[in-house]
Amino acid sequence: MLSFAEIRRSVLVSAWFMFLTFPVMVIRVNPIEEVVEWRWRNLIMVGAGSFLISFVWRYLIARKERGKKAAEAGRAGGPPLARRAAVHAGFHKPLMGALAVFVLIFPFLFSTYQVNIMATALIYVMLGLGLNIVIGLAGLLDLGYVAFYAVGAYAYALLNHHFGLGFWAVLPIGAVMGATFGILLGFPVLRLRGDYLAIVTLGFGEIIRLVLENWNDFSFGPSGIANIDRPGFFGVEMSLEAATNYVYYLLIGLVLMTIFFVNRLQNSRIGRAWIALREDEIACQAMGIDKTKTKLTAFALGATWAGMAGVVFAAKTTFINPASFTFLESAIILSIVVLGGMGSIPGVIVGALVLILLPEYLRAFSDYRMLLFGAILVIMMVFRPEGLIAGARRVYEFKGKKETSDTADGIHT
Amino acid sequence: MKAKLVRFGVFTLTALLALAMSAGVGAAEDIKLGVAGAHSGDLASYGIPSIRAAELVAKEMNARGGVLGRQITILTEDDVCKPEVATNTATKLVSGGVPVVLGHICSGATKAALGIYNASNVVVLSPSATNPALTQSGDYPNFFRTIASDDAQARLEVDFATDRLGLKKLAVIHDKGDYGKGLAEFAKKFIEESDKAEVVLYEGVTPGAVDYSAIVQKIRHSGAEGVIFGGYHPEASKIVMGMRRKRMGTVLISDDGVKDDTFIKVAKEYAEGVYATGPRDTSQNPLAIKAVKEHQETYGADPGAFYLNAYAGTMALLNAIEKAGSTDYEAVTKALRSEWVETPLGKISFDERGDAIGVGFSMYQVRNGVYIEVK
Amino acid sequence: MEYFLELFLGGLTRGSIYALIALGYTMVYGIIELINFAHGEIYMIGAFTALIFASVFTLLGFNDLSILLLASLAAVTWASAYGYTIEKLAYKPLRKAPRLSALISAIGMSIFLQNYVLLAQTSDFLPFPRLIPHFSFMDPIVHVIGSAELVILITTAVVMIALTLLIKFTKLGKAMRATAQDRDMALLSGVNINKVISFTFIIGSFTAAVGGVLIASHIGMINFYIGFIAGIKAFTAAVLGGIGSVPGAVLGGMVLGWTESFATGYVSSDYEDVFAFSLLVLILIFRPEGILGRSTTQKV
Repeated sequence: MLSFAEIRRSVLVSAWFMFLTFPVMVIRVNPIEEVVEWRWRNLIMVGAGSFLISFVWRYLIARKERGKKAAEAGRAGGPPLARRAAVHAGFHKPLMGALAVFVLIFPFLFSTYQVNIMATALIYVMLGLGLNIVIGLAGLLDLGYVAFYAVGAYAYALLNHHFGLGFWAVLPIGAVMGATFGILLGFPVLRLRGDYLAIVTLGFGEIIRLVLENWNDFSFGPSGIANIDRPGFFGVEMSLEAATNYVYYLLIGLVLMTIFFVNRLQNSRIGRAWIALREDEIACQAMGIDKTKTKLTAFALGATWAGMAGVVFAAKTTFINPASFTFLESAIILSIVVLGGMGSIPGVIVGALVLILLPEYLRAFSDYRMLLFGAILVIMMVFRPEGLIAGARRVYEFKGKKETSDTADGIHT
Repeated sequence: MKAKLVRFGVFTLTALLALAMSAGVGAAEDIKLGVAGAHSGDLASYGIPSIRAAELVAKEMNARGGVLGRQITILTEDDVCKPEVATNTATKLVSGGVPVVLGHICSGATKAALGIYNASNVVVLSPSATNPALTQSGDYPNFFRTIASDDAQARLEVDFATDRLGLKKLAVIHDKGDYGKGLAEFAKKFIEESDKAEVVLYEGVTPGAVDYSAIVQKIRHSGAEGVIFGGYHPEASKIVMGMRRKRMGTVLISDDGVKDDTFIKVAKEYAEGVYATGPRDTSQNPLAIKAVKEHQETYGADPGAFYLNAYAGTMALLNAIEKAGSTDYEAVTKALRSEWVETPLGKISFDERGDAIGVGFSMYQVRNGVYIEVK
Repeated sequence: MEYFLELFLGGLTRGSIYALIALGYTMVYGIIELINFAHGEIYMIGAFTALIFASVFTLLGFNDLSILLLASLAAVTWASAYGYTIEKLAYKPLRKAPRLSALISAIGMSIFLQNYVLLAQTSDFLPFPRLIPHFSFMDPIVHVIGSAELVILITTAVVMIALTLLIKFTKLGKAMRATAQDRDMALLSGVNINKVISFTFIIGSFTAAVGGVLIASHIGMINFYIGFIAGIKAFTAAVLGGIGSVPGAVLGGMVLGWTESFATGYVSSDYEDVFAFSLLVLILIFRPEGILGRSTTQKV
């Protein structure tokens, strides 16, 4: 394997990277003190590192290519181990049971801090599942999703501040507000396709944030809104720990509801229309699907979840300001959907847990965590562009007798 | 669908188990002092000095036998100055059982965290959060700070512009941020109330925008004699460089976000003559000299931003615990408000709202490449 | 009237910078239909490289003009090298993958490069040497337009013309146009697709670095984050003008620059970005393919 040609290639790669990173890695200038620091050690490290990594990289690329060829030739191996284990009925029920028990007793096992960050991750699960409707199912690239999240959060914060409305009253209002804004954005962009849509939604997200930042009389500007009420429970006074646990269970409930709805939607008439729209717009219209209505529903429903997640976010942190709703946030939610696996519910859930919990536990490498985050996104996409858990395509097979989709689920993937 | 759920189950279960962590438990006898703020990320340079200050004070106190005969241990938590992270940080400190916290560093993060501390009766003292609402709203009875609030700075800037410099037409510009815009709003209000000058322009600039030529032209067009800028030094230097290049002599008066030597080094000759408010000069205070020397000996470098405020804050907190005779919330807050303590910032105590008495700002001007206090 | 002229020229300067960066977006998009989110970071790395070499040469005692030339040369060399490497690493393996995957890869690359410069250099703002000399003949009109602005405008015009000639009249330009029109057909006609794509990235990075050096020496400071905002604005400009079209990118940059300048001058800088994005939405509603974009008929 370590042929001469291979080594020569890696040497070339290594030399190229030493050249490439030379100004940034080796020289550090301090124009203020007018000193230049030469860090030759970094050059050696870059050279050695890229030499080794280039082998791994090529090996992985080759493996990926082989896998693709094998799949094309129809020699696909059996489903992955996890999937096989899952399909096996003997594993299925106990595993689900164990998971349910674990989720339920989680707050009793871990500290309030752990529960709190888990609750944060669950908010992102909601956001991811919502965006999954727009991107994963309907195939509309939305880079301004965070705008609807902001709408929900500010709806609760402002209604609570001015009129003292409680969490439970505003949760549906936040959902409706989100949907309304979704339709508002949806109308003008209906004609746009692909990347034009992306930049317009990005602009829309920025407009919402800028308005919140500048319109002090309405939104209190960049100083934000503090002392937002936590979710109430029949007026019971709660300690911090109880309140955190309560938010956690509340989010578990909302996430379960979201999963239920999205799953139902996915398999409904409108869900199949979305997928058809994603695959081919013209063919879809030819089949008699109302494009306008279908796209608008996707925007509206996606935004509904963001609105609700926003309400929960405001209630959980008790303080919001426009800085929480930047483009980077949209990019993170988008990454959750794509990294997890577009169109796949478990994929999005795993994506959210990984992307949100990982930086929390990477605190030890805090300086490097955004660097790693960026690198992981690139590496994941290069080697597994379909995401951690790929969305399963619905396949209808004629097996001689009628099968319901539920029982077929395990076989066709 | 069931199959998918199980797949999800496998992943989550392994993920969760891998993440399980145990909360650290300190010795029961110790007094735990929480230190929270930005300890990593781009604002780390504002947060790290507070950890060092707390550690140095605690070391000295512990060498003297501690407070109330108990040793002091420090728990540090990073909030990277983000409100949503600050709530996690606060929860973690509260779970760790701290009675008093030195922090947070940024106003937004402090506001987000205070609700959690308040619910758990934890005393919070910030060395750097200057947002006026923190003390003036009355919402946070557990909050104290060893730095003057933004309205005090705005008041000084406006008085200086109208009374000392006699300017009649002022432009108020801010960077749309929490700190800069809050300050600018106060400045605008004070100018309008004073009747000595008029606000001819009130606008925000976008930090990081490619250039500021349009806003500079607008300042020129407005006929302003002076600009009061609320924000940090990168934007201030872009504005002042733009003005000087257009041969405008307009005076620039700014805040302690600009009273930073980097500003002078970046704007070079254009910085000359710029006014900025900053904390009162403490170079003559013996305790301040001692605190700076300790830092140089331990870390081999000059202390960073808010180091003395954090040093003074730690001293005030530990003093209050000592005088109160316990770490009881009521007793400690009462002692903070009633007891005076000698600190590197001078002799300080706290008023009903939590602002330090005896801490304030002075006006500085760039002369020959250094900030000189304007007497 | 003078005020109008000042704002007009200010907008033109800003627009030129947007245009220089937008060229990279538009060419890359034209060829492989990818929003290269890391393009703003190329602009930032170009500016950083120029700063690093300018400082080194200053210490070595070179004179101002040679520093300007050598630092600019270094900036465009390394920026092009980064552009080339990014394409090979992060986009080439994804040519057959779903389009969104390549987009995420680009976003990841952008975050990576920002933090790479942050960690290897610093998070502080660094003063950028004023490489562009001050012309004394500009003195009478310095309040309307300064020397640096003049240099920016002239450089942009030169780059623009050179690029148009390159695309119109050279063999490489022809290959690029062919690849943009139909990649498979170009391949069948004997065009080396990989080479053309690499070259597109190199040219795009080259113009971005030119923009980076010009604006950094104009405003006099840089940090690791400057690429992000400039990148988003330039991308907006590219879409505004019609993505895939070189004159469109230039026009889009100018329109965006003027919109922001006049919005600040006559309304309020609080909402300059709101005006910019609203204009984008309005134009796209009435001309979904941008101002100069070709409307493509969708075939089934």
